[in-house]
Amino acid sequence: MAAIFLQRINWFGDFKMNIPLLKVRNLSVRLDNELIIDNLSFDSGEGDVLTILGPNGAGKTVLLKTLLGLFQYEGEIVWQKKFRMGYLPQGLNQLSVKELPLTIRDFFNLSDKNLSKADIADYLNMVGLPEEILHKKASNLSGGQFKRMLLSWVLIGKPQILFLDEPTTGLDIGGGETIYSLLKRIHDKEKLTIFLVTHDLNIVYGYSTNVLCLSKLGYSCFGKPNEILTSKTLEDMFGDHIKIFEHNHQIK
Amino acid sequence: MNNQLILTLVSSIFISGSAAYLGTLMLSRKMTIVADPLSHLTLPGAALSILYGFELFTGVFPFVIGGAILIWFLGRKTKLPMENLTAIIFAAGVGTALLILPIDKAEEALVGNITNISFAETLIAVLISITVIVFVAFMYNKIMLMNINEDIAKIRGINTNSLDFLYLISIALVVGLGVYLVGSIITAALVAIPAGTSKNISKSVSSYWRVAIFTGVASSIGGVLIAPLFSAPIGPVIIVINVIFFTMSVIVSEIIRTPRKG
Repeated sequence: MAAIFLQRINWFGDFKMNIPLLKVRNLSVRLDNELIIDNLSFDSGEGDVLTILGPNGAGKTVLLKTLLGLFQYEGEIVWQKKFRMGYLPQGLNQLSVKELPLTIRDFFNLSDKNLSKADIADYLNMVGLPEEILHKKASNLSGGQFKRMLLSWVLIGKPQILFLDEPTTGLDIGGGETIYSLLKRIHDKEKLTIFLVTHDLNIVYGYSTNVLCLSKLGYSCFGKPNEILTSKTLEDMFGDHIKIFEHNHQIK
Repeated sequence: MNNQLILTLVSSIFISGSAAYLGTLMLSRKMTIVADPLSHLTLPGAALSILYGFELFTGVFPFVIGGAILIWFLGRKTKLPMENLTAIIFAAGVGTALLILPIDKAEEALVGNITNISFAETLIAVLISITVIVFVAFMYNKIMLMNINEDIAKIRGINTNSLDFLYLISIALVVGLGVYLVGSIITAALVAIPAGTSKNISKSVSSYWRVAIFTGVASSIGGVLIAPLFSAPIGPVIIVINVIFFTMSVIVSEIIRTPRKG
């Protein structure tokens, strides 16, 4: 299987050495003796939005968790320095807290009990939620409200790198777009680096600096979305039943 | 008030309070079921101490703490679910006890006998209860976060393995104490019922543990004071009062949930 290694574009010109924020070389991950990720190499720069794309079972979540230090691996994962990391796992929704008597305030105080009401209200406002929901039971929020609340919950830890695993699962189109436009705004303002797992090609084209594609067959590719996401690569990734309509407009 | 009653009341308040506090964490982790098998593991220890005339705690605690360590160790090595492991430990406890326990002397181990608690035992019960309360306070937010998502807890630097161990030891300590108050058979009720009562009517974490401790302690004070009036054993009366609180909480939660018409 061909290993991929594509040097990140050096935005600051060739005269200056640019140490990547993350350097991954020959990464392999096995879970219960099954090879999930095989010999993967890529770089990511500070402030990038790297989208990890691929069909179910291709190892996207495993890659994210490996980068977060949750799984053992072979190969090299080198971070430029120690970063504060924020993580929104797949499937974390209001049902995850259904059995817990937690208000939104409690939810925030689980990660830092010194957070004041005003601090939390500021971050809730950032994602368009009113202060009044602080005393509401977390399990009583709607799906969209819960996702926005989670985003502010992760952001309040002031992460430098965000790991988002399908952050809009379970939301309708409108809810999903709200999350992504929020993310774009926050990314632009806070200069965050984002690692994003998604199936949504619109998001990939609209927001990503680079795309890393994975497939169950061991195929992988890496590069700028409109350079590498051709019908051919999508077919290799998802199978030949995939048809795409290329478009050139940007999501605002 | 005579001295024996004071010792009984003090030990009951501390045992039921620490059990209820820990119970709220166990219920949120869907682990109250673990208390039951562990409490049955106190039976062989209680049997030995009755047979050889030791203090009850010298027989009970080694068995129950040993059982907790075994569950934790097997959980890590075999990756078997905790429910399965505790069921195995449960069978081992009851099986061994039935082999060696003199059935005619078993009442103390089965339903507890806190009215005879000595000063030294009260002191030990209070110290162990305070230890459990400190452990639970230390673990509370961390375990709640683990309940929501274990990966997030790990990324935030929480050592989930050590925490699981501390958690099981706390359960073992409470279960050991519960044998004094209500006996081996119904110790799980001390952790499960107050937490269940509180969960029915609480919407925040702070009211969750406060209401649980209040109903747990109130039930045990009620049990200690009311049981002698009917010449009944204290343990079962405590459980009955707990169940009354639970029933009331179900009714209250139904009233709160029912939308008003008009």
